Amino acid sequence: MSTPAASQSLVGHIPDLRRYARSLTGDAWAADDLVQDTLERACQRWQLWSAGSDLRAWLFTLMHNLFVDGARRAMRQGGQPVDLDDVASDLAAPPDGHEHTLDLQRCLLRLPPEQREVLLLVTLQDLRYEDVARITGVPMGTVMSRLSRARSRLRELMEGGAGAAARAPALRRMK
Amino acid sequence: MKDATNPMAEDPELHAYVDGRLDPLRQAAVEARLAADAGLARQVHAWKAQRLALRDMHGEVLAQPVPTHLLQAAQLLDRRSSRFAQWQRWGGMAAAILVAFGAGWAGHSGWQERATMVAGGSRASGQFVHQAVLAHAVYVPEVRHPVEVEAAQQQHLVQWLSKRLNRPLKLPSLTPSGYELVGGRLLPGEAGARAQFMYQNANGERVTLYVGAVEGATGKGMGETAFRFANEAGVASFYWVENGFGYAITGKLPRPAMLVLAEAVYRQL
Repeated sequence: MSTPAASQSLVGHIPDLRRYARSLTGDAWAADDLVQDTLERACQRWQLWSAGSDLRAWLFTLMHNLFVDGARRAMRQGGQPVDLDDVASDLAAPPDGHEHTLDLQRCLLRLPPEQREVLLLVTLQDLRYEDVARITGVPMGTVMSRLSRARSRLRELMEGGAGAAARAPALRRMK
Repeated sequence: MKDATNPMAEDPELHAYVDGRLDPLRQAAVEARLAADAGLARQVHAWKAQRLALRDMHGEVLAQPVPTHLLQAAQLLDRRSSRFAQWQRWGGMAAAILVAFGAGWAGHSGWQERATMVAGGSRASGQFVHQAVLAHAVYVPEVRHPVEVEAAQQQHLVQWLSKRLNRPLKLPSLTPSGYELVGGRLLPGEAGARAQFMYQNANGERVTLYVGAVEGATGKGMGETAFRFANEAGVASFYWVENGFGYAITGKLPRPAMLVLAEAVYRQL
């Protein structure tokens, strides 16, 4: 509908996009920047969204593309590799002080971005593997192998404890 | 690539199990494998716990109010889409004209025949019904945007379109025939704006009522016409002109069923 209802369908997805971006980037500000870029792109390309198809999957596709662009740009600009210990203060614990979430977020950030993305789309967003393949633009086999590596690596990191997580070699921040 | 630590890690069946995507039969098969292999069971349970932890992550964000700048970013859509709707109306007509042109080529002299057929007195109303059929074909298949204003805002719809067509419009009810109003939209026509109202029955079958001034209708003794029937591309229309204003009701229905609807509309106008 090209009535004010159009933006309402978009607004309804914002909380979900924010939480996903937060887990993906590990940073509240970077996450909201990514969400804002995603919303702006959705507005620009609204006519390209095939009516009736899954709006959420389309929004995640836009966010994926922006995330990948951002990662590439950071690489091109020789983005400063940031040591996890330096950004630990950015990774503020949630107000209720869940140490576990902080650990999980730290370990998650040590996964390669493409693995982190697949893992979060599958778990946090509970998307089907074929949707994840479509969103990230890779074949199903690649989704499954990224998922598998992400799960195994994250388990190692978590079981290795805080020590292993803190001794991260180097982490590139996306934003 | 195989996982160095565990060659089983890539088994898609195990991931589908962790993500709850297996039917009971396949799920039972995985459980049997887990029962027989303690190492595998540990791995899968760790993955399950990990999944739960990830699903809990940053749950507090969901409860937070959406920041104003993000709301504003989303609301840009309304401003853009009203501009887009205008573009789409013209774009839609351009597409319709292309369809007509294409159909003309494909049907060889089909387009010309029709033009000749409706020439002489009824040319204008022939074009009118042709546009009604094109608008029908363009918007009836729409799932998400079949109309610009929905039936829920019926009063607004009638006021808006009456204003744009510069004539008080009445919305005929087709409920006795089993069709409920879906809504309406504004379209461009030769002699100004035209309106399309869409109706739908319980089976999801749609008919459209297309109304608007007919170019030159008043000046050439065309102020009024009898009911006419047209059948284009499997779509049936009854159309008529009254006081220089054209009406066409169009649908994929047999002629007698269309006539019933046309008479119902005519009686109510």
